[in-house]
Amino acid sequence: MGTTLVIAETFGGKLRKSTFNAVTFAKALAAKTGGDFAIGLLGSGVAGLAGELTGYGAKAVYVADNAGFANYLGGPWAKAVAALADQAGATSVAATSSTFTRDLLPRVAARMGAGMVSEVLSVVDGTKFLRPMWAGNVVATVEVKTPKAVFCVRGTEFDAAQATGGASPVQAVAVAPEDNGKQRYVKFEAVVSSRPDLAEAAVVVAGGRGLKDKAGFAILDPLADLLKAAIGGTRAVVDAGIAPNDLQIGQTGKVIAPQLYIGVALSGAIQHIAGMKASKTIVAINKDPEAPIFSVADYGLVADAFKAVPELVEEIRKIKGV
Amino acid sequence: MKILVTAKRVTDPDAKIRVKPDGTGIETAGLEYKLNPFCENAIEAAVSMVEKHGGEAIAVTIGTADVEQNLRTALAMGCERAIRVEIADDQLDSDLTARILVKLFETEKPDLFLLGKQAVDGDSNQVAQLVAEMLDLPQACFASGIVIENGEAVVTREIDGGIETIAVKLPAVVSADLRLNTPRLPTLPNVLKAKRKPLQVLTPAALGVDTALKVATVAYEAPPQRKGGIKVKTVQELVEKLQNEAKAL
Ligand SMILES: Cc1cc2nc3c(=O)[nH]c(=O)nc-3n(C[C@H](O)[C@H](O)[C@H](O)COP(=O)(O)OP(=O)(O)OC[C@H]3O[C@@H](n4cnc5c(N)ncnc54)[C@H](O)[C@@H]3O)c2cc1C
Repeated sequence: MGTTLVIAETFGGKLRKSTFNAVTFAKALAAKTGGDFAIGLLGSGVAGLAGELTGYGAKAVYVADNAGFANYLGGPWAKAVAALADQAGATSVAATSSTFTRDLLPRVAARMGAGMVSEVLSVVDGTKFLRPMWAGNVVATVEVKTPKAVFCVRGTEFDAAQATGGASPVQAVAVAPEDNGKQRYVKFEAVVSSRPDLAEAAVVVAGGRGLKDKAGFAILDPLADLLKAAIGGTRAVVDAGIAPNDLQIGQTGKVIAPQLYIGVALSGAIQHIAGMKASKTIVAINKDPEAPIFSVADYGLVADAFKAVPELVEEIRKIKGV
Repeated sequence: MKILVTAKRVTDPDAKIRVKPDGTGIETAGLEYKLNPFCENAIEAAVSMVEKHGGEAIAVTIGTADVEQNLRTALAMGCERAIRVEIADDQLDSDLTARILVKLFETEKPDLFLLGKQAVDGDSNQVAQLVAEMLDLPQACFASGIVIENGEAVVTREIDGGIETIAVKLPAVVSADLRLNTPRLPTLPNVLKAKRKPLQVLTPAALGVDTALKVATVAYEAPPQRKGGIKVKTVQELVEKLQNEAKAL
């Protein structure tokens, strides 16, 4: 029993696909509890996106379209989401893990008096869930003791829901953020890239400290171009300013699970492996045969990246005939 | 400026963690403990703000007496005094942690509460946000830069898609990310001085905190292991395998 309110995430006026991973979680939970789910879409000028959410079996799509939501601010948004959960009669709130939801959901949980589970890996039953601890070196079973619950779901563990047809009713709701004057948005400096989104890409090419500098890191570009891949990096290259923060893969960055991951000149520290070990095929290129990344790689090549990567580009060009 | 800052003890972030065969926890034999790296960033930020603006930084932690060694590290980094609340780590969840910290906030009434964005053992990334909501304070999480001016903390945040800047009125709750700063190493004289700095011990009961959990950890297991792979000798062999065996190209 009970309704899960899935919070849709938008970015730059578009729906983030990761929204549908949380829909799959909500369906899995509903299957265990005999409940159902609804979707909440909050934002400014988002009403037009509601149609993209109606074909997935939600009992309703609630739309709170208000100019006050133009920029995200934790406090006012948490109050609005909790109010929407209330209006929707929801017993739980769920969303796919991102920096937006990780910031927002704990506040919502506090407001609802709900227990919250971070980075849900799977649903054991209506109250028990698996989640990673210690950078994924431990999988814990946690039990929610409260009647209400909040879930931040790991997207790589729940496939994006497919449209099932049907049309969930779209309902505009009068939920607005309340500006209590305690916080204000200043600015956002976007990382612009023509490459696929790191969290969604089928192929990811990741580089590490061994590439030395920006020019060295750029040897990954032709490979990524050829494979239509996203580029990612280790904390070391982000700390060094070689790659933007948005591209960090790992315990404290993005968690990804592409079809193909190619790790170049990175050692495979536990904090990095925490973010990519669910990838389908893992390739590692490192000049040190003892590098820990080889222990999770399906195919390891002990080589100098500056030689091996251009060669790899040539070989793939040959088989692709480009 | 008065700053409250967290100093959580965690297992060494680089240690290989193993689960006990009976699934009741992790093997602790031979494990070393450190300050949570994110708390180190928070402490560094707190101490350097006090150096710049005056005031005091108070380090807080929750745990049994053995966490005091790490709390002393926070004192050696420059916090003036410390508070420990006595309750074992395995009897806590994020909510109870937050409710205890809220009580400390209410007694100390700081201008700023700095926390690590997550603890590298539980990896929940909840406590700062919970504290902020419970106190109805503004929050700025995942901070990679903090500037205090005109009664506000202007915070740059590392978020998906780029870097955001927001301003929160003090008192506020800020959680630290790793790129906020480089934590200082305590000098020997400061380590010695830290031994004499005041460290107050409180209990949840004395603070009037109900210790019931909202989320209990009931079992621990090792994650599924990946099947071992192979080493290829040449780039040609790699491409051949990727094409024909993994069908990944
Ligand atoms: C709390 C905490 C959180 C963290 N979170 C993350 C995280 O989210 N993500 C993350 O990635 N890290 C994270 N880290 C950092 C992590 O511990 C490692 O320091 C980091 O991942 C190392 O990056 P690297 O592999 O690029 O560099 P290094 O470990 O220095 O490895 C460089 C590798 O390059 C190889 N190499 C050098 N030259 C060449 C060459 N010419 N050709 C081929 N190979 C070469 C070397 O053999 C070496 O293996 C975290 C650390 C802490 C403490």
